[in-house]
Amino acid sequence: MSRGAELGRRLRDRDRTAAPAVLNLVESRTPTDRREVDALLGAVGAEATGHVVGVTGPPGAGKSSLLSALLARWRELERSVAVLAVDPSSRRSGGALLGDRARIAVDPGDGDVFIRSTAAGETLGGLAPATRAAATALVAAFDLVVIETVGVGQSETDVAEVADTVVVVVQPGSGDVLQFLKAGIMEIPDVLVVTKADLGQIALRARRDLSAALRSLGARDVPVVAVSSLPPPSGIDELVSAIDAHRERVDLPACRLHARRRHALADFAAEHGERGLRALGGRRAAARWLEDQDAALDVASLTRALEARAAEAAR
Amino acid sequence: MSDAPHRLREPDRPWMMRTYSGHSSAQKSNELYRRNLAKGQTGLSIAFDLPTQTGYDADHELAAGEVGKVGVPVAHKGDMATLLDGIPLDEMNTSMTINATAAWLLALYIVTAEAGGVAEDRLQGTTQNDIIKEYLSRGTYAFPPAPSMRLIADMVAYTVEHVPKWNPINICSYHLQEAGATPVQEIAFSMANAIAVLDAVRDRVPAELMGRVFARISFFVNAGVRFVEEHAKLRAMAQLWEELGRDRYGVDDARHLRFRYGVQVNSLGLTEAQPENNVQRIVLEALAVTIGRSARARSVQLPAWNEALGLPRPWDQQWSLRIQQVLAYETDLLDYPDIFEGSNVMEGLVEELAEGARAEMAIVEEQGGAVEAVPYMKAQLVESHRERLRRIEAGEQTVVGQNRFTETEHSPLTDDAEGGILVVDAAVEAEQIAAVRAWRAERDQSAVDAALEDVARAAGSDENIMPATIAAARAGATTGEWAQTLRDAFGDYRAPTGVGEAVHVGGEELEEVREEVERVSEALGRRIKILVGKPGLDGHSNGAEQIAVRARDVGMDVLYEGIRLTPSQIAASALQEGVHVVGLSILSGSHRELIPKVIEELEAAGLGDVPVIVGGIIPEADAPALREAGVAAVYTPKDFDITRIMRDIVSLVAQRHGVSAAA
Repeated sequence: MSRGAELGRRLRDRDRTAAPAVLNLVESRTPTDRREVDALLGAVGAEATGHVVGVTGPPGAGKSSLLSALLARWRELERSVAVLAVDPSSRRSGGALLGDRARIAVDPGDGDVFIRSTAAGETLGGLAPATRAAATALVAAFDLVVIETVGVGQSETDVAEVADTVVVVVQPGSGDVLQFLKAGIMEIPDVLVVTKADLGQIALRARRDLSAALRSLGARDVPVVAVSSLPPPSGIDELVSAIDAHRERVDLPACRLHARRRHALADFAAEHGERGLRALGGRRAAARWLEDQDAALDVASLTRALEARAAEAAR
Repeated sequence: MSDAPHRLREPDRPWMMRTYSGHSSAQKSNELYRRNLAKGQTGLSIAFDLPTQTGYDADHELAAGEVGKVGVPVAHKGDMATLLDGIPLDEMNTSMTINATAAWLLALYIVTAEAGGVAEDRLQGTTQNDIIKEYLSRGTYAFPPAPSMRLIADMVAYTVEHVPKWNPINICSYHLQEAGATPVQEIAFSMANAIAVLDAVRDRVPAELMGRVFARISFFVNAGVRFVEEHAKLRAMAQLWEELGRDRYGVDDARHLRFRYGVQVNSLGLTEAQPENNVQRIVLEALAVTIGRSARARSVQLPAWNEALGLPRPWDQQWSLRIQQVLAYETDLLDYPDIFEGSNVMEGLVEELAEGARAEMAIVEEQGGAVEAVPYMKAQLVESHRERLRRIEAGEQTVVGQNRFTETEHSPLTDDAEGGILVVDAAVEAEQIAAVRAWRAERDQSAVDAALEDVARAAGSDENIMPATIAAARAGATTGEWAQTLRDAFGDYRAPTGVGEAVHVGGEELEEVREEVERVSEALGRRIKILVGKPGLDGHSNGAEQIAVRARDVGMDVLYEGIRLTPSQIAASALQEGVHVVGLSILSGSHRELIPKVIEELEAAGLGDVPVIVGGIIPEADAPALREAGVAAVYTPKDFDITRIMRDIVSLVAQRHGVSAAA
């Protein structure tokens, strides 16, 4: 069995000790390793029952503290959790400083928690291709895979392509999310969280304003949860329930199918760039074309299909 | 003496002379204190070990390797009584370098005095108690900023009434300079820090006490080797302090407005190479804080010549005390009025520094004050330190014996078996663990439980924390128990690392390494990833921060999680993050215990092939043992060329992964 397929099999068997090697593989750019990633994703299969949750929001909103509290609660409920922390630091010199995991308190001996930091892609909060592959793979072995990104606008769009549930985190008093929602710059999240509930009135008002905005946009059933990560934390149980409830509502196979297609398109775009997309008649046309493909195809097959189509168009 | 205006009628009394000391155990430290006092030292300066400073008992996981190393362990009132045995507390002036757990150590001091028949209102001394600089530089914080500021305010409010001769806080600019601050930053950030404290206290004391509160705030400053400018810095601080008292807090009594400060002179500039040169540096730095009468230090403690090598021995500390005594008793320093009065140069320098500091203070104020501006100030310090190192590497700043005049004869000072430093007996830790367990077993547990419950209650209320804390000290609670009670109430905290904001630098030198990083990364399939870790309780993170920033600048992915990590945390991070190399930094002398432990944990995690490099204050004698334990390379203060370290790291990674050497 190839290295990738073997890792895929271990994940299917819910062997979470495979996670570090899986990440090392999906982050690798050598052609051999790229083929192994295809094998990995093929072996993992499409019917994973774990839950991919995107957590995003502006810098300083309190995502890390929230995640820390959320993780503690999930562990109490005996759920295994993988966190893919996409660090906002830029890659100007090629290198990046990653330090977010320090703010998430975990027991280092706990094998049911896995945290991996990666530098963001080209855009603020944009997902690196490796993160998509990692989420797709790890969800076979972990109950929850959390993708943490930073930003407002692009970040939740990117995350929405991969995640079953998108949680947007805002802190009271910062009007940007409210404005972005109203202006339609930002897609409506599945769950909205207002942090720093310990601030009292300001937090209550923020929650009210966001609920009103969601109502006016016709998104009545998007829950707005107020949390405080300061001891004693509050609102965490409510948030866990809200995330679970969304998972119940969502059509998981459809969601995963959508994610696979977007993943293939992102891989294709990363490899062939704008020129490649033009050959497919643009990103939208390519996305539409993917909608008509066999739902059983994995990411690698979909990417190959896009490549074949682009090559044909070029001829 | 004459009546001439250029002479004093009576020579001034010398400043208070201290030696920052303490190690191993309360008993051993007590012996040392008595010897030091007999040698003419006039005040006490207690160095606590890192577990005591961060609120852990000796048997806590994080205390491993640190017990009795950089100071004395004090776990309860019994330890404090042993430590102070035979020292008259009604006469002694005691400075305690204690911050996060200051309220607790003051409580132990009060209870010990009380048991010896000395009432708290007769006690004199200082608790350092400056938490903001712990976030910025020294790293021995325990609680988040808001409750930490509240503890400080509680202590100020309590001591102003009950321990009136006590300085409840020493605003430290010292550690800012150690973290790389320029003189302007040192002035501005410490003033901003004082404002944060005074603003917090203002809410907790009656308005008419504000003058007395202001008068009780003292400073703990640094002095570098550029001693003329350093002296000007102190005059500028005095000027700004008076301004602040008048304008912001409405203080008008001249006695209350006086700028009072103690000093420990610079350690950052002390070198490992040709360590005897440090003596000259220390003398000149001592001069900076004593030369001008109108800004002379109230108390002085000097580092020892060998601090870049390891922990100083009693003889090394005696040498530093003798420097002070020569200055005070042999020279004519104390015979004259202020010798800079009317000096255009001095006035110009002072004005320049004060102007710069006002501008910097305004930026901090704009951000909402020092507490809110911690990330800003931290990033500024990392940046200044980076620039300082760059200048030394480039030869733009001369460090004699290090980057210039490096030819040297062999130094006989380091010839003894230990290499001229103090080595703490490894048995100390086990003894302290046994002792604290025995203490817990023998005391009235129900009284301790009730007292700690009351501390928790006070912490959750608006009540002053001191009375409940003193009661817990009296009942026999331990340092770890008191701190854990507050950790439960306030939550844990990790300070910002400041590295994320450091500007990117270029330069030809870096470009070369960067290309090599790209080449090796390409061959590996992913970017070289390094974990920079600080195991143990040591909070001196400058070195680790500079390594992290430089590694990023040469194109590596850098995982830096800040200070205070256990070996198992480091191993878990290394595994989950898929790093190619691990860099560890330790300055507290706990490397002998902690480094092998980290390597063990890495091996247990299946990462035996990941190379480990170590940096810090590592005595030469210890290096072979570390290599034996599996360390690939050891770097000490004499390896000041960080770019060269980067080059080493890249080739180490290449070698381990079978990537061929550069063409």
